[in-house]
Amino acid sequence: MARWTPERWRKLRVKTGFSIYYVIFLLFIYGPMFAMFVLSFQGRRGGTSFPMRGFSLYWWNKLLEPSTVGDMQGAMGRSIILALMVMVITALFSTMLAMAFRKAFLFSNVLFYTILTGLMVPGVLLSLGMAILLRQLGLPPAWYSSGLAVHVIWALPFGYLVMMAVFNRFDARLEEAARDMGADEWTVFKEVTFPLITPGVVAAGLFGFTLSYDEFARTTLLSGAENTLPLDINASMTQRIRPTLFALGTASTIFSLLMISVFLGIYTILFRRSR
Amino acid sequence: MSKVSELHHTGLIGSQPEPDEAAVQAKIRHTEEGFATVWLITPATIWLVLFLVVPLVSIVIFSFWENTPQGLSPAFSLEFYGEYFYTKGFFDPEADRFLLPSVFIRTLGSTLYFTLVTMLLCLIVGYPIAYFLAMQVQAFKWQLALFLLCMVPFWTSYLIRAVAWLPMLGRRGLINQALLGMGIVDKPVSFLFYSEFGYTMALVQIYVVLSIGPIFFSLAKIDKDIIEAATDMGATPFQIFREIIGPMSLPGVAIGMIFIFVMITGEFATAVVVYGGKTSTAGTVILNYYGIANYPFAAVNALMLMLAMVIGIIVILRIVDIRKEL
Repeated sequence: MARWTPERWRKLRVKTGFSIYYVIFLLFIYGPMFAMFVLSFQGRRGGTSFPMRGFSLYWWNKLLEPSTVGDMQGAMGRSIILALMVMVITALFSTMLAMAFRKAFLFSNVLFYTILTGLMVPGVLLSLGMAILLRQLGLPPAWYSSGLAVHVIWALPFGYLVMMAVFNRFDARLEEAARDMGADEWTVFKEVTFPLITPGVVAAGLFGFTLSYDEFARTTLLSGAENTLPLDINASMTQRIRPTLFALGTASTIFSLLMISVFLGIYTILFRRSR
Repeated sequence: MSKVSELHHTGLIGSQPEPDEAAVQAKIRHTEEGFATVWLITPATIWLVLFLVVPLVSIVIFSFWENTPQGLSPAFSLEFYGEYFYTKGFFDPEADRFLLPSVFIRTLGSTLYFTLVTMLLCLIVGYPIAYFLAMQVQAFKWQLALFLLCMVPFWTSYLIRAVAWLPMLGRRGLINQALLGMGIVDKPVSFLFYSEFGYTMALVQIYVVLSIGPIFFSLAKIDKDIIEAATDMGATPFQIFREIIGPMSLPGVAIGMIFIFVMITGEFATAVVVYGGKTSTAGTVILNYYGIANYPFAAVNALMLMLAMVIGIIVILRIVDIRKEL
């Protein structure tokens, strides 16, 4: 049992100070969202601020009526389909790219910086460039074509960096051993490489899904006639803000959190197995 | 080692153990094995060229074209660059706009100013959190859990997070109610939400996580023995920070700042939500001119925004050479 020296007291004080700051910080980033969550159960005659005037599911019910906030369900469905497509393509491309980068090749630097450019270019710029280009070519934009194209550009750098990190700590001797035993490249990939990198691939896919699901700037000019969910949310914000919007925000947030938990669950299971 | 570092882009994730030497050697020796590079990179490269390089290049090209009633027509016209930079009376000492930059340059300037303020605030708010997680929390499990707790809001819609400030900062929001209740003001103040203050608050809350992540990673890489050694030699906590922790966390700070800089200069959605479209940012100007079908001018605005960003990134990289650290 160590003695309570002044030094130990000082360390404890510092740690306590930082812990308190951390809690205040959490309040800062979660507080507004929590207030929104509570206010979404506002009574019928209540408004968008405290105090609560009763407690009801009135605004949540309004959310389910198609007429009040545009085509909410449709927009959500489109956003999920789009996010799933981005997820698959991002996971696939980042795995392929990271595998290519394990060997030196010509212009690998150029490709590296091009991938990262997708992270650096503001969404509004990419949206604008694509939109004018499509207009000149006479092609109509749509969420599943031009929207998908730029969403992948946005998500790819994240997935790619994850996969690069995965292959950095990858033990290539395992593949060697399989090759020495006569396995062809496909067998090596299927039996050795892929099982080992699965957690990374799942993480890359998760980046793809969530980044696409919440993306607004890159879709603004490119979604065509039908809205994705963030565009729909934005549209309902330009009207008078009502507690329905809070219900929508809460629902959307819960859905995002649910997706993360599902992915974390898959991740934990796969990670345990791979060890 | 230089050969090795060419093959391994450590990326922004960092803080992993070095792969052991034998594994690295095995990787170098058998470069002819594995799938052919061409097939691995071709699909993604085509996608990147078509949907990233071509749109960006076309912005440059379209910025020189002419806008006719029939649509865009190819030309080499500097008309829209002139409109961007020049205002009537700029060179006329008598005019009240003498030497006053155009409204577009001023919008870009105020956007950059806001970005700078938000970057600094994110750094001030986020650094202690990253420091706490990396230095004060001992168990790796807790580090990860507390870190993820900070990251969760990043995965939720930022439009929603901007609007969530309304019950707090709005005219009838909690803060106004508190101020009224305490008798500090006698009618609700509106500068809280539909204002620069509200905009900055919303931006900091949305983007602060982007500074915590990279700083946390670079702090976590610091060998605790160095700090131990410095303490044994009698260094004060302040000295340790100035001499060891501060300099070693600079790459993380730089990466975080670049992230935030890039995100906020192109930002327009939060501005629309918080300001209700009353104030312009560089991003909203671009969209407005797209909306009225003045595509070349939107392209000029976009290019200038891009230029400002590239300059900003170069300045940050001048201060901290992150490539050395990656």
